[in-house]
Amino acid sequence: MLRRKMVQVGPPLVAVLLLLIVWQVIVSVFDIEKWMLPSPSDIVREAINNWESLLGHTWATLKLTLVGFGIGSAIGLLVAMVLHPIPIIRRAVYPLIIISQNVPTIALLPLLMIWFGFGLLPKIIVIALVCFFPITIATMDGLSRTDRMMLNYMRMAGASRMQLFWKLELPHALPSMFSGLKIAAAYSVMSALVAEWIGTDKGIGHYMLLQQAAYRTDRMFVAIVIVVLLGVILFHAIQFIERKLIHWQGQRSTDEE
Amino acid sequence: MNMQNEDKTKFNPNYEGDGQQQAQERLQQQMQQRAADSSSPLALHIDQVDMSFKGAKERVQVLDGISLSVRKGEFVSLLGPSGSGKSTLFHLIGGLLKPEAGDISIHGKSVVGETGHVSYMPQQAALFPWRTIEDNVILGQEIAGRGKRELRAEAREWLRNVGLEGYERAYPHMLSGGMQQRAAFLRALLSPHELMLLDEPFSALDALTRSDMQRWLVELWERHRRSVLFITHSIEEALLLSDAIYVLSARPASVVQRMDVPFARPRREELLSNPQFLRLKQDVQALLR
Repeated sequence: MLRRKMVQVGPPLVAVLLLLIVWQVIVSVFDIEKWMLPSPSDIVREAINNWESLLGHTWATLKLTLVGFGIGSAIGLLVAMVLHPIPIIRRAVYPLIIISQNVPTIALLPLLMIWFGFGLLPKIIVIALVCFFPITIATMDGLSRTDRMMLNYMRMAGASRMQLFWKLELPHALPSMFSGLKIAAAYSVMSALVAEWIGTDKGIGHYMLLQQAAYRTDRMFVAIVIVVLLGVILFHAIQFIERKLIHWQGQRSTDEE
Repeated sequence: MNMQNEDKTKFNPNYEGDGQQQAQERLQQQMQQRAADSSSPLALHIDQVDMSFKGAKERVQVLDGISLSVRKGEFVSLLGPSGSGKSTLFHLIGGLLKPEAGDISIHGKSVVGETGHVSYMPQQAALFPWRTIEDNVILGQEIAGRGKRELRAEAREWLRNVGLEGYERAYPHMLSGGMQQRAAFLRALLSPHELMLLDEPFSALDALTRSDMQRWLVELWERHRRSVLFITHSIEEALLLSDAIYVLSARPASVVQRMDVPFARPRREELLSNPQFLRLKQDVQALLR
């Protein structure tokens, strides 16, 4: 078990370490100015010295991300489940959802701020919108791609619409639902960051903007690292729930033994 | 549904412990009750059914005036070339499709276009991968509205009976193909509908497992005597299992002949080398040509 983990994690870990070493060496050999490109050790030192204020900003961004993601996914799942059983409405709305995915949702933020002011609300709305589309589409696809044999079995047995949904379509759609959730999670961290560029006094996005004005490249790198970590943590949290919930998958390879 | 049985299973605190035999008796009682509910001696009667589908250019006739019947407690096979519309016929009986002409009745009642009158076993086991074996097996009754807990206790008795002991809490992917088919058959057997439709249930199995499963099915069926309509491509399988065989023509399918299979029950594998069996096999082969 441990060995398999090592084989999995080992190579990328070594690659990242090598990259960091090369980076460090280049910065010191060519004597690159700190405001142009700080070395990895500079970035780590800055993160350690500054951790208290960073923690506050990180917390603010995390909260914004989670609230937006939560609302967006809840609405996304709900819309998919409501639209799915009504074919006419589904066919009418589905292309609209696909087209509206091409609207750069982030670009709606200035507009939303005119309507809803400078508070948290427009930012939450933007993140929710960004999450909504991938989740709705993935869930609707999953619901409509139910196994034909199982569907025939259920219908011949006289299952009602509700029974079909709860006993077959929903569990069958869980894997694609979760791939939608994972995409949305990545989007939501990014959107929270960008939302904080406009009119906030806290959050990693706001912090980044401040440091840019001061040419503190090292601190901007710290902010980027934190955003990446937030995304990775959120992704893995969802994957963890997915594995708990979809326990019947992943052991398929033992089928023929 | 038999009310007395319902009460017994609900209120008897010793229910969990009662034996295999009682579980079987209960099922038999239920089935007899259902059979007694209708006066018709036929479990299934199909009368002059036509069906066609829209093809690329024109309508393709699939079924052409099919008439057949299954008596109560009779095992009837449908033999025919592949693509002759046998599965379509099942979808019609199951109510997923409506025939263009003709009538379908189950236990004397017309059920054209109505679902919920048959227990069905599809070609692949089609067990639900997120359900344990015991939860898969009870699905038919669960859909009919009975409580999960009481059903599970019953299912456990049955699983023991069909050689799936120890797999009650396993998930389908942990079982071999033959075991999955046993579970799928049990799911159909425990469904609250007397008439069973079996759609080539063994076609995906290897030859050895297949003859194992035939033996298993014959034995189990002879104990319970449900009305069965069985699709197969194998003449031997049809002769071994059935009381009667309908031979169908190529598309558009119509009934070429109904053949009675006269062998006494219980039937065992020795039958396969019986001269009369071989003669019948040749007769059917000739019909299929």
